[in-house]
Amino acid sequence: MKKILIALILGFGLNQIAFAQETEKKGYQIGDIATDFNLKGVDGKMHSLASLTGSKGYLVIFTCNHCPYSQAYEQRIIELHKKYAAKGIQVIAINPNDPNREPDDSYDNMVKRAKKYKYPFNYLVDETQTVAKAYGATRTPHVFLLDQNMQVVYMGAIDDNFEEPTQVKETYLENALNQLLAGLKIEMPQTKAIGCSIKWKKS
Amino acid sequence: MKSIKLLFLVVILLIGKWNFAQEISFVKGSQITTWKANTSDTLYIYNFWATWCKPCIEELPAFEKVAKDYQGEKVKIILVSNDFKKQIDSKLKPFLVQNKIQSEVVFMDETNPNNWLGLVDENWSGAIPATLFVYGKKHQIGFHEGVLTEEELIQWIKKYIP
Repeated sequence: MKKILIALILGFGLNQIAFAQETEKKGYQIGDIATDFNLKGVDGKMHSLASLTGSKGYLVIFTCNHCPYSQAYEQRIIELHKKYAAKGIQVIAINPNDPNREPDDSYDNMVKRAKKYKYPFNYLVDETQTVAKAYGATRTPHVFLLDQNMQVVYMGAIDDNFEEPTQVKETYLENALNQLLAGLKIEMPQTKAIGCSIKWKKS
Repeated sequence: MKSIKLLFLVVILLIGKWNFAQEISFVKGSQITTWKANTSDTLYIYNFWATWCKPCIEELPAFEKVAKDYQGEKVKIILVSNDFKKQIDSKLKPFLVQNKIQSEVVFMDETNPNNWLGLVDENWSGAIPATLFVYGKKHQIGFHEGVLTEEELIQWIKKYIP
């Protein structure tokens, strides 16, 4: 009887630990300082945030080629870059997917897509997936807005309508960008969105 | 004449059944609160997926198999589609027919995931697949973000119904 009881208690304890690990948050929280990276872009050169001198912030967007959600937002990301690069905040797009699991997301295909759709921003490949892991990116597209000190001020969605750009009512990301540029508090620092799960390398 | 009419009706019905695997009902985000509040002794498993989501498609056979293996038991699997609304007829419905999907499918009729993702689980990042477990009888709710294998799905079920 005693043995059973001990087994039960142990089992319960282990269960609790398993649950704790499952719900433990990974990646950045609002207010964290993001670490810089040095990733290869579709231009063949290496890019880091530090190399973007004079920035008023950094708009890091994890995205990719194959995901219909990323594709639905592609044009909107291009427009955002055009609008905000001029104001000192550029888009830095990062593809974190393992090309072995999703051949469409290979570096070569990134180069092709960037050319075809005339990406005006840097499109970088996170080959080791360490950047996506550090940020806590889980899906594409997944947005992280950093201020000029690389502090995370906004995470989440671009807006409130993935399917119909003309019917967008809440431009979450643009609101955050405007508030950051105006030196205001970000009213809604976190939003949620559906997206394609990042294709992690199989260990 | 009467029998011809009847035959006609039967044929229509058969064609209908063969052509349209199932009707897809639309749900709103607020439905999740209702789902989570039920008190029945059936374990409800809500799988959030979409036809455009590769890992979702890969795990679907496991869900279908488990649903079949647990037929007659108090386990119900519902596939909550997050497809694009304009692709319901062109993609979702043909997919269900082609793959002979037997589980009930509902369509999440929402444009803004920010309004409902948190209702499923506050820690859900929004990546799919994701699966919600509701065992109303014991007020137990579980959530898993990511792919589930058949073994993992069975383990989840055994947590509630040993």
